[in-house]
Amino acid sequence: MTKLESAADLGKLRKQILSRIDPKKPCITICSGTGCQASGCEKISAAFQEELKNQKLSDKVDVRRTGCHGFCEKGPIVIIYPEEICYLQVKPEDASEVVSQTIKGGKIVDRLLYADAATGKRIAHESDIPFYKNQKRLILDNNRKIDPKSIDDYIALNGYSALAKTLSGLSPKQVLDEVKKANLRGRGGAGFPAGRKWETTRNAPGDVKYVIVNCDEGDPGAYMDRSLMEGNPHLVIEGLIIGAYAIGSHEGFIYVRQEYPLAVENTELAIKKAEEYGLLGKNILGSGFDFKITIHRGAGAFVSGESSALMCAIEGKVGEPRPKYVHSSVKGVWDRPSNLNNVETWATVPFIINNGADWFNGIGTKGSKGTKIFSLVGKVNNTGLVEVPMGMALRDIIEKIGGGIPNGKKFKAVQTGGPSGGCIPEKFLDLPVDFDELAQAGSMMGSGGMIIMDEDTCMVDTAKYFANFLADESCGKCVPCREGLKQICKILDKISTGKGKEDDIKDLEDLAEVLRDASLCSLGQTAANPVLSTLRYFRGEYEAHIRGECPAKVCKALITYYIDPEKCRACGLCLKNCPVGAVSGKKGAVHIIDQGKCIKCGACFDVCPEKFDAVARISGRPVPKAVPPGTEIKKRG
Amino acid sequence: MKMTTITMKIDGKSVKAEEGMTVFQAARNAGVGIPSICFNEKLEPFGACRFCMVEVTKDKKTKLVASCCYPAEDGLEVKTKSERISKIRKVLLELLLPLAPSGPLSDMAKKYGADASRFPLGKGEEPTNCTLCGRCVRYCSEVKKLNAVGFVGRGVNRRVELVSELGNECITCRECYGREVCESGRFVVLAEEFPFLQFVYRGR
Repeated sequence: MTKLESAADLGKLRKQILSRIDPKKPCITICSGTGCQASGCEKISAAFQEELKNQKLSDKVDVRRTGCHGFCEKGPIVIIYPEEICYLQVKPEDASEVVSQTIKGGKIVDRLLYADAATGKRIAHESDIPFYKNQKRLILDNNRKIDPKSIDDYIALNGYSALAKTLSGLSPKQVLDEVKKANLRGRGGAGFPAGRKWETTRNAPGDVKYVIVNCDEGDPGAYMDRSLMEGNPHLVIEGLIIGAYAIGSHEGFIYVRQEYPLAVENTELAIKKAEEYGLLGKNILGSGFDFKITIHRGAGAFVSGESSALMCAIEGKVGEPRPKYVHSSVKGVWDRPSNLNNVETWATVPFIINNGADWFNGIGTKGSKGTKIFSLVGKVNNTGLVEVPMGMALRDIIEKIGGGIPNGKKFKAVQTGGPSGGCIPEKFLDLPVDFDELAQAGSMMGSGGMIIMDEDTCMVDTAKYFANFLADESCGKCVPCREGLKQICKILDKISTGKGKEDDIKDLEDLAEVLRDASLCSLGQTAANPVLSTLRYFRGEYEAHIRGECPAKVCKALITYYIDPEKCRACGLCLKNCPVGAVSGKKGAVHIIDQGKCIKCGACFDVCPEKFDAVARISGRPVPKAVPPGTEIKKRG
Repeated sequence: MKMTTITMKIDGKSVKAEEGMTVFQAARNAGVGIPSICFNEKLEPFGACRFCMVEVTKDKKTKLVASCCYPAEDGLEVKTKSERISKIRKVLLELLLPLAPSGPLSDMAKKYGADASRFPLGKGEEPTNCTLCGRCVRYCSEVKKLNAVGFVGRGVNRRVELVSELGNECITCRECYGREVCESGRFVVLAEEFPFLQFVYRGR
């Protein structure tokens, strides 16, 4: 590959690539993101290759491994082009039928299509599936179309055209002004205006400046950055180069978690390819602009996602935050001006350059422009990655895209913003997704985690989970975060085990306030959000726990399993499934749980047939005395 | 280097300071004491103990900041005493006192009305007398340029150690555990944990 020396060269290359592509040639794309890898896409790909060979179609049909499509609930996803027929939850053994029926015969394999939950109607195209139909896919859109390992795939779909436009016709100041005008706010959490941050770094004294991609995504259940980085690395790289040009930086870092091996692999390859093509390195596209990128792998600490800690880690030190009263955009890595943005923020930049700030301002709300990717997880029918315009109501995301709550359960709360986000109750479901609105409700946009909880979720238990997660991940440098979180965990543990006292809530509130006001970094400052928001909206649950009741019947110390002698049919399932032998009984006799032995695993509750419904979970009221052993079951009447 | 004099208000009093100073230093120069555990004149500001939190007002916006790290600025208004600040210090003391009952914290406890028994130690926990202020760690690194003392562990498991690999770097200057650096006497305990270094600590 000879290096591209101008924007025109890139245009020529694009034409060449497109001329090699026959749009009518069938192509089987297989989602190969981390999620689908876990559900076996390697084997599926091999099965398709094998089947094409067997049916002598290998040179007539392309097979492409793409990035994450986002509908991970239904993965692995296979799409057959040119008709764009979308098959879900494909297994290797489906390959032969798909090849012979769809590729050869032009017929659709109905059973592999999406079935509408309500009507059972089959849907053949991805774009018609409600999960996708109600999204606005901008940043994620190309994930499903391109092979992240192929730079040509990216270039074919107009990739690097924003960079070419930038380097051939825009001054750094023009690029900066466009991004400022677009009101692009950082997607990593705080929503700081990206243009203003860029400008600070640009104007900061010093010749050497750095630009950094933060791909140290660590929120439990969140994976939007991973999917972008592994599914479309060139998009992030293109955004980074454009930003570097605007800022006047010639060196960039992509900080990616070591736990994201596919993202590391694809990004490494993408950098290598971009260098070969002359899109990175010296004199990019003949513009005289030099830029290189180094990958820095994270060592696994959640706190390293905090910008100053991340910069310490890049310097080779322990990833611990430092005070940021002098912003890292002025004094960052090795005390040099360093502009850090999240993966999604960088990935948005090429769209702004190509389509203009006015176009971008046409999407979203007054204060939050563009789209935002969320990872919709928890108690919701369609889990996966969703991209929506800012301002969409939470209710629409959960119901229209997420398909509502499984098993007819009632919605209880949604936590936005990862472990440090707040839990928002039902009454706020019509809140538009927007940086400022979420903050007002006591939560935050965060990087885009969205965890749905149903009526079976205990909010004290939830707060305890997140407090423990953050206590584990606190670096321990400052006192409020290290010692305060430890005490919060202790108190929540007390409350959830029925040892809580009235004063505990006051203690929690005091600790939460000090954590928020006095912690060194945003990990500590926001760590109390789950506690504060659950206290604000679900205070009654805390009070119930202190009285000895877990209303959602989750906290083991506060629940008792009991077999109702009126309902027991002596089927013996509970006895067979009890892992500790706490259930006794015999044919025709009411089964009894030995409370001394019971470990409250709930196995009896789960296996008791629905038609009997004999095992009860009791909390907050006295447990009836067990019947004497050998009591006969009630005759059916 | 030419020093620029700036004027700021600390607790309502107009105060002169030099540019490049922190709010903490400016206050101290003006005779206003701000409590701190991790501050030491010979060391770079660390911002870990959070006792030095103050309220600063700039462009009509007030925020809580750690004064040991916050740069002094012309026109800045600083409040070193307020209800919010006292509450922070009280809770911080209540968190640390069970871990470090001896030493300078107990004097402060009276002033801020801190209740040492509010957050008692759990089972198996012992007072370490170390507040993890990191002065020994930073002294060894910044002043002695040795890094023989370091932090080990994360979060609640954080502790100060002279692990054997790093211990070899120790030149037994004995300065890290002197009163000037360590106020709590943590290193007496450490010496017992590392018998091979005990000779170092004789005579403390």
